[in-house]
Amino acid sequence: MDPTNETVLRLAGITKRFGSLVANDGISLTLARGEVLALLGENGAGKSTLMSILFGHYVADAGSIEVFGRALPPGQPRAALAAGIGMVHQHFTLADNLSVLDNVLLGSEPLWQPFSRRAAARTRLLEVSQRFGLPVAPDARVGDLSVGERQRVEILKALYRGARILILDEPTAVLTPQESEALFATLAQMVAQGLSIIFISHKLGEVLRVSHRVAVLRQGRLVAEAPAAGATQAQLAQWMVGRAVERAARRPSQRVGEPVCTLQDVHTTGGRDALQGVRLDLRAGEITAIAGVSGNGQVALAEVLCGVRLPARGSVTLQGRALPPAVARRVKHLVERGVARIPEDRHAVGVVGDLPVWENAVSERLGSRWFSHPWFTAGWVRRRSARQYARHVAETFDVRGGGPDAPARALSGGNMQKLILGRALLHPGAQDAAAKNAGAPLLIVAHQPTWGLDIGAVTFVQERLIAARDAGAAVLLISDDLDEVLQMGDRVAVMHAGHLGEARPAEEWTREAIGLAMAGGTA
Amino acid sequence: MRLEKRHRTSAAAYVAAPVGAVAFTLLISALLVLWAGAPVAQTYALLAQGAFGSVFALTETLTRATPLILTGLAAAVAFRARLFNIGAEGQLYAGAIVAVAVGGLHGGTGLEWSPWVLFPLMMMAAALAGAALLLGPALMKARLGVDEVVTTLLLNFVMLLLVSALLDGPMKDPTALGWPQSVALQGELELSRLVTGSRLHTGLLIAVGLAVLLWALLARTVPGFDIRAAGANPRAAAFAGVPVTRTVVLVALLSGGLAGLAGAIEVAGRTGYVTLDMSPGYGYSGIVIAMLAGLHPLGVVAAGIFVAGVLVGADSMSRAIGVPTYIADVIVAASLIAVLVAGLLAQYRVRWK
Amino acid sequence: MTELLDILSNPAFWIATLRVATPLILGTLGVLLCERAGVLNLGIEGIMVAGAFAGWLTVYAGHGLWTGVAVAALTGAVFGLLHAWLTVGLALSQHVSGLGITLLATALSYYGYRVGFPKVNTPPTITPFASMDWLGVPILSAQTPLTLLALLLAPLLAWALYRTPLGLAVRMVGENPQAAEGQGISVAATRTGAIVAGSALMGVAGSFLTLSAFNAFFFNMVNGRGWICVALVVFASWRPGKALLGALLFAFFDALQLRLQQAGDAWLPYQVYLMLPYLLSILALVLVARKAAYPQALMKPYRKGER
Repeated sequence: MDPTNETVLRLAGITKRFGSLVANDGISLTLARGEVLALLGENGAGKSTLMSILFGHYVADAGSIEVFGRALPPGQPRAALAAGIGMVHQHFTLADNLSVLDNVLLGSEPLWQPFSRRAAARTRLLEVSQRFGLPVAPDARVGDLSVGERQRVEILKALYRGARILILDEPTAVLTPQESEALFATLAQMVAQGLSIIFISHKLGEVLRVSHRVAVLRQGRLVAEAPAAGATQAQLAQWMVGRAVERAARRPSQRVGEPVCTLQDVHTTGGRDALQGVRLDLRAGEITAIAGVSGNGQVALAEVLCGVRLPARGSVTLQGRALPPAVARRVKHLVERGVARIPEDRHAVGVVGDLPVWENAVSERLGSRWFSHPWFTAGWVRRRSARQYARHVAETFDVRGGGPDAPARALSGGNMQKLILGRALLHPGAQDAAAKNAGAPLLIVAHQPTWGLDIGAVTFVQERLIAARDAGAAVLLISDDLDEVLQMGDRVAVMHAGHLGEARPAEEWTREAIGLAMAGGTA
Repeated sequence: MRLEKRHRTSAAAYVAAPVGAVAFTLLISALLVLWAGAPVAQTYALLAQGAFGSVFALTETLTRATPLILTGLAAAVAFRARLFNIGAEGQLYAGAIVAVAVGGLHGGTGLEWSPWVLFPLMMMAAALAGAALLLGPALMKARLGVDEVVTTLLLNFVMLLLVSALLDGPMKDPTALGWPQSVALQGELELSRLVTGSRLHTGLLIAVGLAVLLWALLARTVPGFDIRAAGANPRAAAFAGVPVTRTVVLVALLSGGLAGLAGAIEVAGRTGYVTLDMSPGYGYSGIVIAMLAGLHPLGVVAAGIFVAGVLVGADSMSRAIGVPTYIADVIVAASLIAVLVAGLLAQYRVRWK
Repeated sequence: MTELLDILSNPAFWIATLRVATPLILGTLGVLLCERAGVLNLGIEGIMVAGAFAGWLTVYAGHGLWTGVAVAALTGAVFGLLHAWLTVGLALSQHVSGLGITLLATALSYYGYRVGFPKVNTPPTITPFASMDWLGVPILSAQTPLTLLALLLAPLLAWALYRTPLGLAVRMVGENPQAAEGQGISVAATRTGAIVAGSALMGVAGSFLTLSAFNAFFFNMVNGRGWICVALVVFASWRPGKALLGALLFAFFDALQLRLQQAGDAWLPYQVYLMLPYLLSILALVLVARKAAYPQALMKPYRKGER
């Protein structure tokens, strides 16, 4: 269905600064009724900020917004909701302990009303859910729902309130290819009923499929606006990055060695994300990439390999030897043997934000002889060696922002990741040219290593992983970015509901087959 | 109203914060003094004089500061590790009663050892007693997720009742005329005076020494890093290989031990025996002191002397003018809140929008 | 054993149980309201002292008993507002803010008492609430109106939390503040309102001590009841109905230990009996710890619009 000519939304000159960072710089956009506008841009380009301003989470420093011809008061989600704007957040804003109905009902009734009209609300919810093809159980506890179901609730929250303009922030990030298709069908249905949609994404293929028009943001500015028909992915990528982007060629491994780490029938406990009988061999000089939608056991797998989680059943061996049973000692054992670990959540797990950068650089090896004197087992820290190593890491891996004594949380995402990568890949002896152990690590466990980084940082990280592999390291790459998996992986295995499928050479997989496996089916 | 982080906290803000806090506190207490019908300037002058105005005042203040520094250190190390130990009061009494048990009960126990052996033994026992009292809540938190604030608080009441029962029974001093107090500590085990003729004893040196040791531990050793990391972000610390449960136990031992020592040192230095009212809330004041010091061990010494000064000065002022001594508690509580607010405002700007 | 049966069959015991339970019910409901909105309020101990003092002082100054209760509620509300400003407005540590308020409220109350009554040996008394003989119901008639209020408040609060839009908003800000904000609810306003209302209840709980249970204000009156309320909220899994039951259960054991102490010989020192309430509270906490259904946003500060 083609969009009409009626303008439902007009943003004019939106500018927003966070301190010295200009997140949005004079952005002007319009949206017509029945139109799907894709908002494209790299991480940090300003897409989420712009939408948060539209929805009232933030207040713009300059500019105005008009909805259905009327000015929108800034900074109040309530005003945006009343004007007919609904937002489906990237990280769902749902209360796990409450029911679907509770989550949808909140805020739709005046606060001073003495009784909640739940029966009427339930009827209306079911009616809306049927109209848009989004089945839900109103009394189910949200915490028990699957990711796809929770997204449905999140969408219904907006539709229930009668949204005519819907903002979707990276909605397919947590969906399988098949679930994404279902979402696109829902969007088509919404458009057919006269809704207008703003679709934020960084996935070029989807954007071209789903939208009527594409707007590209780069470093806070609107750099291009074009109809989707007739645009190419290459052109979009170029607009996003500002220069011609070539998809890097695949660089398969030249020499695959012996298994360095073996998982045998590993089970973990813990609900949906638990591992079910995982078997895996990680071989030297090879990148084993694990594809799959987040939440199917990747976290548990990474935690087991990083030494943070003990398998309930089964075994994990490194170089043929079992691991110590206690967590802290297991982690130390792994680090000493040369296992480089890159966690998924760099802010919450990768660094201790309140502590300075230099302490974070040595945090994994602080008890070792490199950085401490074992003096009455109290371990007096060798500050000079530690700070020297930290400086070496920062220089080699180009970590910028505040210096060694600044708290780690002051680092940007990219710099934090470079710090984590550097401390994992650089052995403390490496700064001595005469040291023998200056080579590549034994095993690299990389969980979403390029998530949230801009293209320059992504390339940096990928290059380092490939270089380490070529120097003989075994690499485990867990990523929910299918493009990355297919490009980097020598072997690919798919994770679904805690089961790890067989790892096959990358050449033997097709996108469709992987998509099917991600959803639990078999080719 | 919302808060916006400043790019850079200027040096001026760092100074203005505590000054603003002090000014605010003085203002509040001035209002209270007026309510009591006393002249404000004179009251403050008497307070300052009573705290620091003479050698006697100084020794009194430093004597009062000794247990406060120790409970302040106990709170500081615990709070650094996000273990909210509110039980220092009970741990103090535990240390005191155990100290007397080891160092005073000679009638039946026959501990006829040299003071050189007995004194360290007594101190260690007191520290262990305090540590044992905190270990339970600490483990309950680490293993079961039970909030340690309430458990440590409730144990204070339990401990005080236990001490009361002991003072009525097995540890009662038969020579004291009906007043519930414990048997006295052996004379040789008492701490010697720092300034002759005053109550100031070498316990102060022990307290300051422990403050320096604690600072060195936290800033320069691997266990110190473990404590700071586990307190700031347990998940990240565990990922880096910090033994979190063992660290929690270590913190409990340190914190409870310091509070227990506070009790033992009070007995050995000031009173010589245990009574039910020997601590006018030192355990709770320790928390305020730790917060005022920003959880820094060396800052605890300064904050401890400050709070001790306020308490001693208020006693002396009250005898002279009659403004109730509780003004000291108001000053301490108000300055805590003021310091917290001022510290925050130094880092964040307020936007009224 | 026969002593036990004697005690249980005596109506005076049950009357005492309800009386002991009243401040616990009120205090626990107050803490529950704050925690449901996601904020821990450790100021309860001090607010109860302040409420006790303010209520008593009002009546001593010649005003009516219900005026005293209202003033106590207002006092609690004011301290609640301070706590809300520190924890919601400034996002300071909820533990420290609460403890600071307990210290401040207690110090102010004791100071005020000493300023007003400098040299008294026996605390001056007032005429407290009379029992409600007009009710005609056996054990309830011997209680004072505040007890009735407490018993009615529990189901009232439950209904408010689960059946009204405002209650849903309060629960949501305690579970997921972003979700509430995204639905147009002001997290700051809702949390502040819950804290102020909860603190007012705590003030009333304190006033029960001076206006009903006893007839004077004295030091160390509250004696840890506030902390027991904090424990009871966890025990009650943040549900008003269970809070009422928990408070009654606790009061039952508390009243029981007093009577056992009086009835039995002195082979157990009386302090052991006094310890039981506190030990029971700790036990209760340990027992429910495993399956505690915490409001998910409890103790996590929420800063709107910050990256």
